[in-house]
Amino acid sequence: MDKLPNESRRSFLKNSAALTALTFSPTVLIKAGAHDEKIASLFEKVPLQLSINGVTHKLTVEPRVTLLDLLREQLGLTGTKKGCDHGQCGACTVHVDGRGINSCLSLAIMNNGKKITTIEGLANGNNLHPMQEAFIKHDGFQCGYCTPGQIMSAVACVREGHANNKAEIREFMSGNICRCGAYPNIIDAITEVKNGGQSL
Amino acid sequence: MINFEYSKAKSAKDAMEARTKNPAAQFIAGGTNLVDLMKRGVTAPEQLIDITALPLKQISASANGITIGALALNSDVAENELVKTKFSLLAQALHAGASAQLRNMATVGGNIMQRTRCSYFYDMEMPCNKRTAGSGCGAAEGYNRMHAIFGASDSCIAVHPSDMCVALAALDATVHISGIKNERKISFTDFHRLPGNTPELDNHLQPGELINSIYIPNNHFNKNHYLKIRDRASYAFALVSVAVALEVKDQVIKSARLAMGGVAHKPWRLTEAEQFLAGKQITEKLFQEAAELSLQHAKTYQHNGFKIKLGKAAIFEALTNANT
Repeated sequence: MDKLPNESRRSFLKNSAALTALTFSPTVLIKAGAHDEKIASLFEKVPLQLSINGVTHKLTVEPRVTLLDLLREQLGLTGTKKGCDHGQCGACTVHVDGRGINSCLSLAIMNNGKKITTIEGLANGNNLHPMQEAFIKHDGFQCGYCTPGQIMSAVACVREGHANNKAEIREFMSGNICRCGAYPNIIDAITEVKNGGQSL
Repeated sequence: MINFEYSKAKSAKDAMEARTKNPAAQFIAGGTNLVDLMKRGVTAPEQLIDITALPLKQISASANGITIGALALNSDVAENELVKTKFSLLAQALHAGASAQLRNMATVGGNIMQRTRCSYFYDMEMPCNKRTAGSGCGAAEGYNRMHAIFGASDSCIAVHPSDMCVALAALDATVHISGIKNERKISFTDFHRLPGNTPELDNHLQPGELINSIYIPNNHFNKNHYLKIRDRASYAFALVSVAVALEVKDQVIKSARLAMGGVAHKPWRLTEAEQFLAGKQITEKLFQEAAELSLQHAKTYQHNGFKIKLGKAAIFEALTNANT
């Protein structure tokens, strides 16, 4: 991880342009300076403000950093998992303004000002979220790697009214792959939470 | 992913000017296709112009039809009451596409602009004329099970993967486009293009132009069905899909629309079969004949010959389902 302070890379590049200036003629200097400026702009981080699990974070990121990598690498919120990293497995599912998305395909910078909820934000202190309780009760996992994503999608499934029967749950949850094949138990967990009628 | 410059457009004019200034820039909205392609190194724009702040999210009805903003999310359109009741074919097609998470990210404009593609386009070790002009087509002599049976060329046999677009093609939609100099409209069926000798171009949008909205005219189709056949029950691209819209009175078809997905470089309208169906009494034989007619000009490759039989069966079933 880049541990340099925010502006240091750019200053370094600017300084290196200044050093180059000592050894080249003025015309070459101008060209080199402009080129370094362009390279510097590629490394430049951009400011970003996010509310993550109710806490406001003021951050700086490179434009290419995905929301998933920001959560895991910069904020240490490793509950959100990286599975395929291409939007095919659902392990990285988080809620943005209340809706489930694949954080691996979302550039962090494009979420500026939004409210993010990750698996770490579901429990209320030591009290697990009803969906977390239901997954434990119904053994809705084996290895557990896909589980944070499954639970985030499961909460959205009930909240958005797509848990009325097993077929509907299967269809809504199809973006979350479980290599261990815990699907029947996941469906049971979702069905129980739906029938419990709690507000999620 | 190769780094890039990021800017957020405040207006459509802003966005189009920035894009015109830098030919190596691209617009980004949901990013579900573009970010994936960038991660794999298939594309590497110098600059991304974020257009999500533009006021193009509305879904609004007028006397003659419905206008859907280019930035409306696939999930919002699929759940829109007006869409569900008056354009159910579109809602069905949207629900058949991608996953719940991707539908929450992907926009209508982005769905239309997603690349026509195949696994060889994604595989940087393989030749692909669409990715690298003149490098050859890996699929033509390769594993072409998912590939086109209509309108392909020697340069490219990939298919357009959208479900939404198949419904829009069937429903006579129009694409409304903004440009720096003027606005224009293009019929949905003319928006995407066949590969020909320039497979790198998926559609007729000019550099710097921006999709504003989609317009769908009101219709009298009282029987609508979208059927998608794929390798698993959900969240997979179509092997073939069929959109059917019929106006039926007393078991006589007054007018018909038929389109297929998963079979060509663009959503594939079956106008010959539509004309054949119009004015005829519905029978099992009629639907079988329409299915035969629809596939008569199909051309298959080594591994996708099954799409002819599957395509006929899908058309027959979609017509039958629509009518029940």
